[in-house]
Amino acid sequence: MNAKLDFLDGRNGLVSLLVLAALILIVFPLAMGVDQLNLTGRFLSFSFVAVGLVLCWGYGGILSLGQGIFFGIGGYCMAMFLKLEASTPEATAIQTTPGIPDFMDWNRLTELPWFWVPFHSLTFTLLAILVLPAAFAYLMGIAMFKRRVSGVYFAIITQALVVILTILLVAQQGFTGGANGITDLRTLKGWSINTDEALVTLYFITAVLLLAVIVLGKWLLHTKFGRILIAMRDREDRVRFSGYDVANFKAFAFCIAATFSAIGGAMFTLQEGFMSPSLIGIIPSIEFVIFAAVGGRLSLIGAVYGALAIGFLRIAFAEAYPQLWLFLMGTVFIVVVLFLPMAWPGSTRNMRLGRAAC
Amino acid sequence: MSLRSSERYRSSEQDRLFKRLRRTLVSSLIAAPVALSLSFSTTAQANSEWPTAEVNTTGLAVTDDTVKVGILHSLSGTMAISETGSVEAETLAIEQINEMGGVLGRQIEIILEDGASDWPTFADRSRKLLRQDNVAAVFGAWTSASRKAILPVFERENGMLFYPTFYEGLEQSPNVVYTGQEATQQILAGIDWAWNEKGARSFYLIGSDYIWPRTSMKIARIHIEDVLGGEVVGEDYYALGHTSFGSAINRIRLRRPDMIFHAVVGGSNVAWHRQLNAAGINGESQNVLAISVTEDEVLGIGGENVEGFYSAMKYFQSLDNENNQAFVQAFKERWGEDSVIGDVTQAAYLGPWIWKEAVERAGSFDIDKIREHLPGIEITTAPEGYVKVHPNHHLWSYTRIGKWNGDGQAEVVWESPEMIEPNPFPEGYQ
Amino acid sequence: MSDFTTQELMAIFAMQGFAGLSFFSVLLLMALGLAIIYGQMRVINMAHGEFMVIGAYATYLFSTFVSAQMPWMMDYYLILAIPFAFLVAFIVGWVVEFVLIRHLYHRPLDTLLATWGLALIMQQAFRSGFGAREVSVRLPDWLQGSYRPTMMIDIPINGLAIMGLTLVVTLGIAWLLFRSRWGLRVRCATANREMAGAVGINTRGVDRLTFALGCGIAGIAGAAFTTISSTGPTSGSLYIVDTFLVVVFGGAGSLLGTVASAFTIAQGQSVLDFFIGGSMGKVITLLIVVAILMIRPQGLFASKVRR
Repeated sequence: MNAKLDFLDGRNGLVSLLVLAALILIVFPLAMGVDQLNLTGRFLSFSFVAVGLVLCWGYGGILSLGQGIFFGIGGYCMAMFLKLEASTPEATAIQTTPGIPDFMDWNRLTELPWFWVPFHSLTFTLLAILVLPAAFAYLMGIAMFKRRVSGVYFAIITQALVVILTILLVAQQGFTGGANGITDLRTLKGWSINTDEALVTLYFITAVLLLAVIVLGKWLLHTKFGRILIAMRDREDRVRFSGYDVANFKAFAFCIAATFSAIGGAMFTLQEGFMSPSLIGIIPSIEFVIFAAVGGRLSLIGAVYGALAIGFLRIAFAEAYPQLWLFLMGTVFIVVVLFLPMAWPGSTRNMRLGRAAC
Repeated sequence: MSLRSSERYRSSEQDRLFKRLRRTLVSSLIAAPVALSLSFSTTAQANSEWPTAEVNTTGLAVTDDTVKVGILHSLSGTMAISETGSVEAETLAIEQINEMGGVLGRQIEIILEDGASDWPTFADRSRKLLRQDNVAAVFGAWTSASRKAILPVFERENGMLFYPTFYEGLEQSPNVVYTGQEATQQILAGIDWAWNEKGARSFYLIGSDYIWPRTSMKIARIHIEDVLGGEVVGEDYYALGHTSFGSAINRIRLRRPDMIFHAVVGGSNVAWHRQLNAAGINGESQNVLAISVTEDEVLGIGGENVEGFYSAMKYFQSLDNENNQAFVQAFKERWGEDSVIGDVTQAAYLGPWIWKEAVERAGSFDIDKIREHLPGIEITTAPEGYVKVHPNHHLWSYTRIGKWNGDGQAEVVWESPEMIEPNPFPEGYQ
Repeated sequence: MSDFTTQELMAIFAMQGFAGLSFFSVLLLMALGLAIIYGQMRVINMAHGEFMVIGAYATYLFSTFVSAQMPWMMDYYLILAIPFAFLVAFIVGWVVEFVLIRHLYHRPLDTLLATWGLALIMQQAFRSGFGAREVSVRLPDWLQGSYRPTMMIDIPINGLAIMGLTLVVTLGIAWLLFRSRWGLRVRCATANREMAGAVGINTRGVDRLTFALGCGIAGIAGAAFTTISSTGPTSGSLYIVDTFLVVVFGGAGSLLGTVASAFTIAQGQSVLDFFIGGSMGKVITLLIVVAILMIRPQGLFASKVRR
């Protein structure tokens, strides 16, 4: 084994990564039609958020019930870019002000708001998807972690922020598209994102990005940062007494999770063709957490399986017994929490990591 | 009208709904061969007159004796209760068409899909209906958000959607027929009525916070201020499910409007009306005109809480004409004596009839040929009286003002003198 | 607005003050049960809203029963429905603590998720049991309409009734906490759980009673809520975030803090609502509360306890 790849957790880690890669890059595309693959691609974009939560919640002990915010930032940034591209003066000729998104025209805006202008540039959009959530997460994180806010406080505050964001998106419909969201997105730099080939391509981009994010996460956990993160979760005081700035480390973990979520949001928008407030509210935000919990909380790869499992189960139940779905989902929450507090039994590497830090 | 949090309206609970819908599907499947054998001669004749190869050149799910259509509404989740009425009305219309011999001699088969109150699911299901099932038409969607989510799918796959809800307008697609009223039809007539008949000069606008009320109020404000020269003394929006209207009511007292014009929906409606009453604002002391209150809503609000208030709609269950009496009777026979029928339910009922007429005029199920023949279609048997399809795919319709009495029904006190032309992109109101 | 007399403006000012007070009582009533549980056990009960809905449905059932069996009692049934709602929610809470919560002490974040799962199950149970349509109870005549101290002032009677109820419940809790044996034990356990155990207090028993009591009070809130609005399977989820914020903003384990926090939030939102409208008024109130919490995470009244 190459020492440089040590962060993949030895042979077992490498094997499980390869299994996941084979599943999402080979098995799914071979076994599924375009529509199903597109659906799976959207589940994969949710798992970006779950992977981020494994880092900040599973390893860092920071439970955020507000990951929808970051998923939303990523998704809306991408949607803004695509919407601007779709709103050429020719395509919007019937509007009072051609060249601005249709919903702005209906809301009697006569020019593009200043914060929309930079989203004409794809480079800016991509940078915004990576930087905006991180910056926002850092501000939130540092303000609270410096004051040693406890886990429950943090969870409640992040949830309140989700509520604020969704009300704001709905209330400012001239700027945001309101409750309907930003819809009817068609092309990316002239490339139609709705054709079958495009959907398949976007699926592969999502899958590869996801694998990259997992490898990055594993590498981070293997560095000193990862060890401090685990140490903090278990004995925050000792880490603090050892001279580390706990707040900064926590904020950093939160930033990473935020950026991962935003990438997922952007890929979701590309594959779904729209973004709306109902996709980022309280309920989706909590579901992201359960994806991570089902995956075993400490396993980056498990988070992907968690998202896929819940997603496919929901589809299966929605067709057969929609009434039973909430019972099942509720039971999953309870069972996972009661009987699966940390990692699936057998994933010994994680257990060892967890214990070593105590 | 589109709302998220309204857990109410229709009479039945979910399980019962499911059983009923499933029974419907089974019965229509069983009924199909029976109807076939009975009308064997017409079918044979139909197929020689309209050979499948000719009426279907685009690979739709049409056989010698059947044609498949989709119904796509929320059967589960928070919207299920609102959308049930539409499913029932569409099913009833299709059953009646089948009894009359079907469309081009073909019995209609329904594929029922559940949008589950979730917009991406709506998009997935419509993709399935159009790509796998190749349905000839889809009757469905209820909220604006779900329609916006599926619109690109219908345009790309070239499907035909019949959308029943009264909505905010500002949309016109070659792949959608809008059987409910667009905003200007409902609002302009309603406000003109308030201006002329009630002498209202100042208006207070209030609604739940999402796209339909906001767009409607925007149009209302322009009409009141710029066209009529009246005054809007307040405009307010509250999140869906909001229940404290004390401050809003105080502001209304402060501004003393001649007319409260509202689009409050869902769970907020009970709180809003009860608090109005408690504040001494009732049908006797204040004019209140709603664009969101139909018979379905009143069932939840309670008749006594809206007594004396007004609604502007194109349809009320109490409408006095032969078409409507037959429709109400058929609906109650099919879905239960305690059913109530609101504006959207009636509009949903029109969808299959308009589609049938278009197919028969075109002599084909092909979407492009139907589209050519849609403008000008007239339905003289419509419960609302008479409707005509405009080239912009909306319907000409009358607008009526109903005054609510205590038992949950409205008395029509005014009707627009002429049919109102649908105008989804009203010049000067955008 | 020049055509208003000072008197009229004063009347509206008074009614606006009352609207704020009325919202305050609703918010406080909903938050009290949560505050007790959070103060004692550091557990956020995400199913709190659903316990309110239990109370509301209990009231609904009770009113249906009364109107069918004893119509002569219709005018006064609410007075009996409130203890009934309390009892039902109390029993369910007791069972939930026994089955679920007691396994999760010392893992507050996990309790959060488990109670969310519980909330989903309860919502679906309501839907299966009572139907998806919202139900509302018939208000007795004496609760409808308004009280008119002067010609220009209308004060809704159901608002007054809820205010009275909130006052009674708050005083009752204060008495329980500061005058009863149970309160003494709770305060001991909150201050120092190990020591409390060591001197012979059954802290587990105290926890169970506290949790059930908190749920029972949520049931009372639900019963009161039926006089304002209708009840549906997901009604509980509408207010959870506001309720959590009241508790957190008030400072853990401080009854006075919860009262002060509910008052601040309700009056703030009510005034902003009056001047800038519903949606944005709410956004700004929540933003201010969150900002204050970021700067002062201990809330308005921090309890000084050993953690």
